Amino acid sequence: MQTGFFRSYDTSRMKVMLTNPRKELEVPGPTRVHQLLQRLNLTPEAYLVIRGDELVTEDAMLQDSDSIEIRSVISGG
Amino acid sequence: MRCRKCSHPAVIKMPRHNIALCKDCLTEFVHTQVRRAIDAHRMFTTNDRVLVAVSGGKDSLALWSILLKLGYHADALYVDLGIGEYSLQSRQKVQRFTEAVATSYQATLHVHTVEQEQGAGIRELATLVRRPTCATCGTMKRYQFNRVAIEQHYDVMATGHNLDDEAARLLGNVLHWQTDYLDKQSPTLPASLDGFAKKVKPLHRLTEREIAAYAVIHHIDYIVDECPMAKGSKMLAYKRVLNQLEADSPGTKHTFYLKFLDRQAKQRQEDSQTITEQDQHRLHPCETCGQPTSTTVCTYCKMMAKAGSHA
Repeated sequence: MQTGFFRSYDTSRMKVMLTNPRKELEVPGPTRVHQLLQRLNLTPEAYLVIRGDELVTEDAMLQDSDSIEIRSVISGG
Repeated sequence: MRCRKCSHPAVIKMPRHNIALCKDCLTEFVHTQVRRAIDAHRMFTTNDRVLVAVSGGKDSLALWSILLKLGYHADALYVDLGIGEYSLQSRQKVQRFTEAVATSYQATLHVHTVEQEQGAGIRELATLVRRPTCATCGTMKRYQFNRVAIEQHYDVMATGHNLDDEAARLLGNVLHWQTDYLDKQSPTLPASLDGFAKKVKPLHRLTEREIAAYAVIHHIDYIVDECPMAKGSKMLAYKRVLNQLEADSPGTKHTFYLKFLDRQAKQRQEDSQTITEQDQHRLHPCETCGQPTSTTVCTYCKMMAKAGSHA
């Protein structure tokens, strides 16, 4: 079993979906958006964070019950 | 976080402008930037017929949506490249957007299917002509968008290139000192001679993140997955570097590209030849298809002849 910030499947943890490449993670809350991005080593300029179907800013507090999408906004051009 | 303009809850923080905006103020910001780009670079007016190049991605669908909302006559062209599941999904996104949004503005979607018209998908064509897939795709799209714009008598062709695309392209051109390509980075390229459609980039003042946020808040259902052919592309590498610089110093991309445009505009005033005059001097009709080219036969016709001889 993994320990630390990312844990194995647990219904009490926040579900986080990353795009490009698609990846699903279980993350313990509560945590702020900017902390989540920092821990995942993601540049805020390249991503949007969506809770349910609402965009959230970097200071938003994310809870265990939240379903989060971290969407890459970069395309090959 | 609160909106800097109206104090409603913000949906996006934009460090390059040192502001955060709510849904309504972000919409107003995006529309203002697009209008400003269209007017400042004399792209088109509400009397013109615009052909938008759509791919199913955020930029092109957002552009089509914005132009319709702002009252422009905008139709669209989708080129189905035949890249398996990716093309199936992106085509579906474009068709759904057309049915849900564009038809209510009496806008039309044109579709060009490469497999049907050219006999093979883009990957197969690239293998046949021994060129990288992205280069083959670029040639195909440029050719088909220009052809449809001319044949269907559109006044101008609009693409969804954004600030990140243009800054990354500028970085690539400067890193390789490809100075000949710098002129082509203008947000408006004139219809300099017969067979050439005028080309414009109304989103060049907006970042990818701002456009993606606009698409999300307006429920524009776009293809989020990256084209499988773009893996390892240099453009992606340049964008990563620029985003790192942007994180350390907000406004870097904006300053890099928009200051380049300012310098370019000043340089043009001093140049003896305009882009139109340069094109007229350099280009002539392709012997095979008639589209403008600097050689006897254009790249597209050479590519198709090579593909035909290997098929």
